[in-house]
This record gives sequence, structure tokens and C-alpha cells, in this order.
Amino acid sequence: MDGLAKAAVSCKNVVKVYDTGGDKVVALGGIDLEICMGELMMLVGPSGCGKTTLISVIAGILDQDSGSCEVFGKDLLHMRSSEKLKFRAKNIGFVFQAFNLLPSLNAVENVSIPLIINGVKRQTAERQAANVLEQVGLGTRGKSLPSQLSGGQQQRVAIARALVHDPRLIVCDEPTSALDHETGHNVMELLRQVALHRDRALVIVTHDARIFSFADRIAQMDDGHIEKVVDSAEDL
Amino acid sequence: MNHIALKMLMGDRGKYLGIIMGLTFASLIMTQQPAIFVGLMMRTFSFISDLGLPDIWVMDPKVQFVDDIKPLQDTKLYRVRGVAGVKWAMPLYKGLLKARLENGTFQTCNVIGLDDATLIGGPPVMLVGKLKDLRRSDGVIVDIDGATDKLAKPPMVPGGKPTPLKIGDTLELNDNRAIVVGIAKTTKTFQSQPVIYTTYSRAVRYAPRERKMLSFVLVKAMPGEDIPTLTRRIRKATGLAAYSRKEFIDLTWNYFMKNTGIPITFGTSVALGFIVGAAIAGQTFYNFTLENLRQFGVLKAMGASNWTLLRMILLQAILVGSIGYGLGVGLTALFGYATRNTILAFKFPWQLLAFGGAGVTLICIFAAIISIRKVIKLEPAIVFKG
Ligand SMILES: Nc1ncnc2c1ncn2[C@@H]1O[C@H](COP(=O)(O)OP(=O)(O)O)[C@@H](O)[C@H]1O
Ligand SMILES: [Mg+2]
Repeated sequence: MDGLAKAAVSCKNVVKVYDTGGDKVVALGGIDLEICMGELMMLVGPSGCGKTTLISVIAGILDQDSGSCEVFGKDLLHMRSSEKLKFRAKNIGFVFQAFNLLPSLNAVENVSIPLIINGVKRQTAERQAANVLEQVGLGTRGKSLPSQLSGGQQQRVAIARALVHDPRLIVCDEPTSALDHETGHNVMELLRQVALHRDRALVIVTHDARIFSFADRIAQMDDGHIEKVVDSAEDL
Repeated sequence: MNHIALKMLMGDRGKYLGIIMGLTFASLIMTQQPAIFVGLMMRTFSFISDLGLPDIWVMDPKVQFVDDIKPLQDTKLYRVRGVAGVKWAMPLYKGLLKARLENGTFQTCNVIGLDDATLIGGPPVMLVGKLKDLRRSDGVIVDIDGATDKLAKPPMVPGGKPTPLKIGDTLELNDNRAIVVGIAKTTKTFQSQPVIYTTYSRAVRYAPRERKMLSFVLVKAMPGEDIPTLTRRIRKATGLAAYSRKEFIDLTWNYFMKNTGIPITFGTSVALGFIVGAAIAGQTFYNFTLENLRQFGVLKAMGASNWTLLRMILLQAILVGSIGYGLGVGLTALFGYATRNTILAFKFPWQLLAFGGAGVTLICIFAAIISIRKVIKLEPAIVFKG
């Protein structure tokens, strides 16, 4: 079977409306999108166009109002919540704009969390976490608290945390926008080198045009719709 | 996840200490105040519990508690002795009399007069001298606290320490000479006056002359005699009140509970301690959870279940609860130890440990519940919010 052709994520006519007491905001107005195994898909577009909402639905932490979103062939909307938790724990890795590391846990402990949630014993989890930290170039900083690390280093810890349990889908929301250009560039290189392989898909939300070149494909969104999906930034 | 929960808790030093301080305070107040209360209340009846020998106390029916003396005619003693099932019945005098000290000042004393022949009703512990020395002429036994404090002789040098009363020293009770023949230790009572033991006939002589002098008749039942039956029989035969020791203790206890401000005062302190402790600890714990909401959200997004998060919060609550409880109870015990030789009443039975534990547990459950609600309702999608 050809890994690249297999769909990791398949969204069909996904609609999400936020209802904030009278005001209805259509965040997603019927999204169709396919993301393939082994590809790095970027979601780009102006602020407020629905990028975060879309990856929240894809990652299974937000329920859409209608339409279907299948992840590895599973319809998350109709899963029981306990099943959905297990599915997320096993298959999804998260990278956030604000890193979202636990401040009182050191790097190794932070990275080990997904394994512990999956029921791995602490010792084993921390050993594995140390290995992944090594891969992201932080082998010597395992004992450091987030506050003792630079922004770029913290994001690398977060990437290690997203990778440690070997998930099949990694979702990143603005992973470089809290970092300076060079650090952001390095983080993107790391994501491509370490995170991306044929059995995994990456979805990265960004409005940082300088990193568009790292994408395999780019989906441009505006006002809750996908405008176009292109192969390189020149086609936008 | 336990490890993570504990690290989360202790990572935030300020909040962690705040929660523990709140719980320590609550647990301290909830044990220290009741300990003083119990100590005080036990003093109300310690004169009764100190007297181990008699089974039954006979007195005027209007007596409401042990210090509420309503004298009887001496002839009542013989009426009691005549009741079937009574092995012996002895007179006891109890009254407040003024003693004139060597330096000319007066001090009110609690004078106890014991049956001349048997000396039944004497102090529980003799420190110096013997109880039977009371038979020496003008002999009295003084309690150690009175002897070293209120009855002590003025200092030899100005500003020095008063000299405690000792054997051979004299007092004047209503112009009658009394010679100290012994020093006793008594359990502290609600009355703070010095206690002076003497014989019944001498006590009656010291007291201002009245028609009735007999305070109590102490009764011992025949072997095998049923106490409740005997008390009823005494009541019927004499028209007096007769209580078993336990009944008399209860009578006294209930009087103080109903007719003094003591229970309400201490009850208020305990309630305030509970509320303030709950407010501080509950508030800080809740704040702590609120501030960590994003962290809980991250865990939720990564697939941690509500049940897992709930266990984490419970563990955090149990930890701070145990530490706060331990510190509070420890401080209370320390307080009791530090004040053991003062007039302060303090009694710390295991029931109070349980009471404090229950209080702290309630506070922790309350704090955990309001926090858990917040975490369970939490949408994991907040993790992507800036
Ligand atoms: N929880 C929410 N409640 C109400 N409106 C929301 C909520 N989250 C997002 N929105 C609105 O939905 C739209 C899409 O938001 P979002 O997906 O965050 O866009 P982006 O990530 O592209 O900036 C915006 O108009 C935003 O204001
Ligand atoms: Mg966004």
C-alpha cells in the first residue's frame, strides 16, 4: 500500500458555529479537506478565519456541528468520550504557540506525560522521554525547568512531548509565532527532520509566510472556508 | 499521574504554603479551643470524680451542681444511715470561708470537712504529711496550688518570691487557729480558691454558725446492692436528692452547659476557626486549580480522563489536608504541653483528634469539589487559545 496516498484526515462539509448568547459566529462554513500520511500540511489564512477551530476538530478536542471528519478512518464525532480520549492519547501529538509546558515539571517529566497518560510506567516513560529529548538536541537539559530554557528550547521540549508516544498525527498551532525568525526556522527544520515520516501526518497552522516553504501542501483559508490547496507558496 | 499532581502542587510554593497555612489554622483552632473547653468542663466536676469511695451523693433536692451548696440538718445523716442497703454514710462539709493570712490579708478558701472518725472524702494525693495527721489538734491540709500561690507567705525580701506554706505554718479561719499538717494535690476545680481539708467538726467550728451545716452525705452501698434502686430508696425515705457519682457529674456538667456562656463561647471560636480555615484553604486551593486550569486542559487534550484529573486533585487535597491537620494538631499538643503547669484548662482526648480530622476533611472535600467541578467542565479546546 502506498503510504502517501492513504488519507490521514478526511473532512467533508465540516461546519462549526459558535453561539455566544445571541451572536452566532460561523467559524467553519463547510470545510472539505484531505491530509495524507507522510505529508506536512499547512493551514494558512488571516487571523479569525477558523484555522484553530479546524485543527481542534481534527484533533478531536472540539465537536463540529455537522459534516464529518474522519481521522485514520475513525469518525471522532460519534465515538464514545472514553474511546475518544484513548484515541487522542494514542494517536495525536500537540504543539502549541504558547508551548504549554507544565512549569513545575522538568523537561524529561514534561516529555513523559503522553506516555504516562497511555499507562506507561514512570521510569520507562522518563527513559524514553530522555531519548527523544536527545533527538531534538536537548539531551543535556533534561533536568531543566521550562523557566530555565529559552523560547526555542521550550518549543523543542514541546515537540519532543508531541513525538514521544509516536502518534500518527501531530497538530501544531502557530508553533513559531512566539519565536524569533531564526529560532522559528530551526524549529520548522526540526519538525520536518524528526517529526515527519511516512506513517505520520503533520498539520501546522500558521500565518507566518516565512515558514511556508516547509510545507508539502498549503491550504489557504478565509472566513471559514478553504479557498485553495496548493503545492507551494508561489501558487498562493 | 500522582507524581505530576504532587509536582504541580508543590511547584507553586506560595499557594502551596497558603493552603497548608489555612488548613493548619483551621485544625489548630478546631482542636485547641475544644481542648480548653473540655479541660474547663471537666474541672466542673473534678471534685466529684476525685472522691472515689462513695457510690451515692445525698443532698438538698434544690442543689443544681457541685458548688451549689444548700446545707442540710445534721440529723439527715442518721436518716440516711437508717436506709436499708446503706453500708455507711458519712458527712461532708463544703463551703467558702475567709482565711486570714500571716500578713493580715484575707483569702477566701474552699474548706472541705471530712468525717472525724474515717476521714472519708480526703484529697486524692498527699504530697507532704498524711491524711490521718488531720486528727492532730487544729490540723488542716492545704492543696499545693494554694500553698504556693494564694496562701503563700510574702517574700522575705521585697520583690522576691513568696514563700510557700509548709507544715507547721498557721492560718486563721474565722478567728480559729489552723495549723498546716499536710500538703495535698487535688485536681483543679472550677473554683480557683485554695482548698483546705479538715475534719467535719472543725470545719463546722470554722464556719459561721448556722442552723444547718451538712453539705453532703456520702453513701457506700452494701455489696451487691443495686445503686439505682438504693438511690430511689434513699430519696423516698429521706425526701432528699440522691445521685450516683455519674448522675451527680452529669447534673453538674449539664448545669454548666445550660447556664453558662462557656459552650457558646467555645462553640463560636470553633465555628469561626472552621469557617476562616475553610475560606482560606478553600479559596487558595480553588485559586490554585483555576491558575492551573490550562495545565489541566493540556492534560485533557492529550487524553487524560476526567477521572484521572479528579484523582490528581483529590491527591493534592489529601496531601495538603494531612500536612495541615498534622501541623495544627501538633501545634495544639505543643500548646497543651507548654501550658501543662499553668492554671489553663486543657484536655486533648482522641475524640478531639477525630473531630479536628473530620473538620479538615470537610474543608478539603469542599475545596476539592469546587475545583473538580471547574476541571470537569473544562473544554480541552482552550489549549489552543492564546
Ligand atoms: N470559543 C469561542 N467562542 C466564540 N467564538 C469563537 C470561539 N473560538 C473562536 N471563535 C471565533 O471563531 C472564529 C474563528 O476563530 P479561530 O478558529 O480561532 O480563528 P484563527 O485560529 O484562524 O485565528 C473567530 O471569529 C473567533 O472569534
Ligand atoms: Mg488561531
